[in-house]
Amino acid sequence: MAKYLGRQTIKFDLPPSIVSTASTVGPKEGKGPLSSYFDVVLHDPLWGEDSWEKAESKIVKKTIERVIQKGNLTPEDIDYIFAGDLLNQLTASTFGIRGLSIPFFGLFGACSTMAEAISLGAMAIDGGFANYIVAEASSHFCSSEKQFRFPLELGTQRPLTASWTVTGSGAVVLGKYGPSPYVSYVTSGKIVDLGVKDPMNMGAAMAPAAADTIIAHFEDTGFTPNDYDLIITGDLGSIGKELTLQLLRKNNYDIENIYTDCGIEIFDPVSQDTHAGGSGCGCCAVTLAGYLYKEMKNNKWNRILFVPTGALMSPGSTQQGESIPGIAHAVVIENNWS
Amino acid sequence: MSQIQDMKKEYSKMVEELSPKSNLLRDSARAFWVGGLICAIGQLITNIIKSFGYNHDEASMLTTIILVFLGIILTGLDIYDSLGKYAGAGTVVPITGFANSIVSPAIEYKKEGYVFGVGAKMFTIAGPVLVYGTIASVAVGIVHYFFK
Repeated sequence: MAKYLGRQTIKFDLPPSIVSTASTVGPKEGKGPLSSYFDVVLHDPLWGEDSWEKAESKIVKKTIERVIQKGNLTPEDIDYIFAGDLLNQLTASTFGIRGLSIPFFGLFGACSTMAEAISLGAMAIDGGFANYIVAEASSHFCSSEKQFRFPLELGTQRPLTASWTVTGSGAVVLGKYGPSPYVSYVTSGKIVDLGVKDPMNMGAAMAPAAADTIIAHFEDTGFTPNDYDLIITGDLGSIGKELTLQLLRKNNYDIENIYTDCGIEIFDPVSQDTHAGGSGCGCCAVTLAGYLYKEMKNNKWNRILFVPTGALMSPGSTQQGESIPGIAHAVVIENNWS
Repeated sequence: MSQIQDMKKEYSKMVEELSPKSNLLRDSARAFWVGGLICAIGQLITNIIKSFGYNHDEASMLTTIILVFLGIILTGLDIYDSLGKYAGAGTVVPITGFANSIVSPAIEYKKEGYVFGVGAKMFTIAGPVLVYGTIASVAVGIVHYFFK
């Protein structure tokens, strides 16, 4: 059975294998720096559907089908799906998954959902409750704008601190046995809120949660930044990344040389006009399923700390003057474990 | 408790320092020339209509209708949002911006049907303008009635 290490971290006895990954992204992501790592790049953000929500559901369904197929498995082999998205009542996930006949846990962790799904899935496997699970997360620029911000055709200006919601879905199959890389440790995040109220500056709202979880991970496990080839947070973007570095420095951790952020990697902010960077559940999901997984397979990195972050607000909470609660879950992914 | 307040205060200072600011001078200049151009076009339309023998009130009303129509067309053609991104308040303040704020949610929510989609959501952005604009005009009207 898995071991508790400190308050927030567990170590798996038999680290689940990442058997396969799949990613689907929209046209803008397909023009970004990570383009070549994605399995499917859509030319039409509606993908032939008649609404943004239906399009996102189709992206979810096709990505899950693809990841199962890439793992040489059938839907019957999958014990659970752990998945989530940003829409009310997890519209994209539930309607995408409804035809698949696989037991389903719907998760909401905002943009941290991918790490939440992997954490719970890995716990289910190491606990002996599953042999294979799918962890998936998705977001869609247009459906998110519609729900959280303004209609697409409204003539507004986005502040320089705003991020750009990624259109896409990333999925992984975790298996009890299988090839590297493996999920070896999980540090589950607490909700951290330092009073940021601006929903157009989510990186600033989430940075304290990212720093809190990274510090908890080091304290619980005894690891130091030197034990990692790469530490990559979810979608803090450029401002949140700087804030995280500063908060960690205050606690005497310097990770600058090995640290980046999914929201920074996925877009080119100058040519793609994305301001602070990418965001949305899909952002770190496709970055993991495409870029991180494939480069770990190439041994560019052998041990990474993957820390997706989520801003847990709703349009209603913002209008009522509440600040934005942040959360971050950390997952250690490594090629060799002992 | 005060320790948390101090942490929040300190953090908000860090955020303030690291968050990039918009270029106020550039944005104002853009808003000025695009907004001014829209108004100049409106004046041109008014003058042309007047040259056909309409009086000032009739010409103003027709100009309003034409500008709203242009705002709607440019929104439907996916042009007004790019204009708005460039010019900010320059495209929000003129009446074309008002048209844009009604038509853009109407397009966005068409999938939810004509009653609960288009009908209900059409005024989500323009609604406050209509409500408080109407209240303000009533108040001004009352003041005008007693103190003219």
